[in-house]
Amino acid sequence: MSSAMFDLILQATLDTLYMVAVSGVIATLLGLPLGVMLYVTRPRQILAMPVLNPVLGIITNIGRSIPFIILMVAIIPFTRMLVGTSIGINAASVPLTIAAIPFVARLIEGALNEISPGLIESAQSMGATPWQIITKVLIPEARGGIITGLTITLVTLVSYSAMAGAVGGGGLGDLGIRYGYNRFKPPSMLITVVILVVLVQGFQSLGDYLVRKSDRK
Amino acid sequence: MIELSNVSKTYGSGDSAVHALQNVNLTIPKGTIHGVIGLSGAGKSTLIRCVNLLERPTSGSVLVDGQEMTGLRRRELNHARHRIGMIFQHFNLLTTRTVFDNVALPLELMGEKRSAIKNRVLPLLEMVGLADKAKQYPAQLSGGQKQRVAIARALASKPNVLLCDEATSALDPQTTSSILELLRDINHQLGITILLITHEMEVVKSICHRVSLISDGKLVEDAEVGDFFTAPATQLGRDFLIDFLQLSPPKELLERLEESPSEHTHPVVRLTFSGDAVSTPLISRLARECSVDVSILQAKVESIQDRTLGLMIAELLGSHEQTQQAMSYLEAHQLQVEVLGHVQRNV
Repeated sequence: MSSAMFDLILQATLDTLYMVAVSGVIATLLGLPLGVMLYVTRPRQILAMPVLNPVLGIITNIGRSIPFIILMVAIIPFTRMLVGTSIGINAASVPLTIAAIPFVARLIEGALNEISPGLIESAQSMGATPWQIITKVLIPEARGGIITGLTITLVTLVSYSAMAGAVGGGGLGDLGIRYGYNRFKPPSMLITVVILVVLVQGFQSLGDYLVRKSDRK
Repeated sequence: MIELSNVSKTYGSGDSAVHALQNVNLTIPKGTIHGVIGLSGAGKSTLIRCVNLLERPTSGSVLVDGQEMTGLRRRELNHARHRIGMIFQHFNLLTTRTVFDNVALPLELMGEKRSAIKNRVLPLLEMVGLADKAKQYPAQLSGGQKQRVAIARALASKPNVLLCDEATSALDPQTTSSILELLRDINHQLGITILLITHEMEVVKSICHRVSLISDGKLVEDAEVGDFFTAPATQLGRDFLIDFLQLSPPKELLERLEESPSEHTHPVVRLTFSGDAVSTPLISRLARECSVDVSILQAKVESIQDRTLGLMIAELLGSHEQTQQAMSYLEAHQLQVEVLGHVQRNV
């Protein structure tokens, strides 16, 4: 492999990691509160809101049902407004984040759903406020499930970021398409795929390790 | 200390309405242990949750420590709840917190400083006998130890009232009695008023001062424990007692029982006696004075607090007049006589 090719691959890998990291972090910061809201505003929950809850649910579902490749193109004006361009890794991070927020939210909601209602009830009997229940009971107790959910999100973002290559997003997917597919260089394609596999494996192992470490059951 | 007046709780409305509690009146004086016993679905859980407003009564008043709970704002209610500890059937400990941090939780919620928390938690763990487990996680503890942690946690905020929601129902008999002993000590040493709900007569017998019987959302009996065990006022109360004493006629006899007497039958009776009647040789007197022979099928004597309770199932052998006379004789001597049926004479 030429050193030029090596540099290209290295750069593409860093680009992919950048997109996954930026969108992963922002989507977690926005998706976690949304997931908690989806849970605590349910009927008979600590902040039951019969109107808001279904509205949030519908918005989340819409976000999750739009195919990523369509979302990417559809929000180009929004992306341009936000980062000033519609190509490159910063531009690709915008749809990645938007797609990941409802994804994260549903996974967080699912993790919270695993908590025994008795724990919430006992916290209420101690005079805990809803905010205290969220920060001292719900999130700590759902820790393992939340980490699992974030791991799934990162893995999904790796494969979505490869898709972003299709519209000139940069990263490993972009490299694979331009060199491997358009110029028909199977080795380049193969190397990209191998790196993607390694990345996914790495995230999954890290996630599993953190879940094991946090598990007290 | 706790006073429920006309408390009702209805779920749903119209035809599908479920009346979980109907006009419940209950007064629990300071420092006493009060048990509420009933079958599952009778409304026990709803009743105990109405005290700290985990369930809000549809109507009625709930006074705890002289404070009307139903009128409190959210903030005031949280403050009031600091004065009411609660423990649960399934312990409800946080799995991601150590024993120490579980007991510290109510204090954290009240905004106590770390040093104050430490000074409060360690003696509590000492009291429930788990000082050496402070750094362990609930998953490493047995059921009885988990309930001890839950008790320490419930006491952390120095409550005046402790609510026990089927606190021993998930524990084996031996662990149950050690937890009950702990609750009795707490009541004794700290003067905390305890309201507990249970379906186990054993629990009522070993620690309660007073007991209420709940059925279909209504309190149908309210009595001193000694009175309840020696002379329950309702059929449900008697059923609980008989079940508790495991005293029912042998199956073989049940199959032969006939409802109404005839010429060739004699009665099978269940006798309940308490107080002086226990120590009087009534059966031999019965044989002498009424010329009736008594065949004892089952008998049991239980001591409940300072009372003694005897139960017996027996066949009375004699003519119709003789057995009638015998039953009146027994009733005259403060025995409760219940005719279970009649069996054919063995020829």
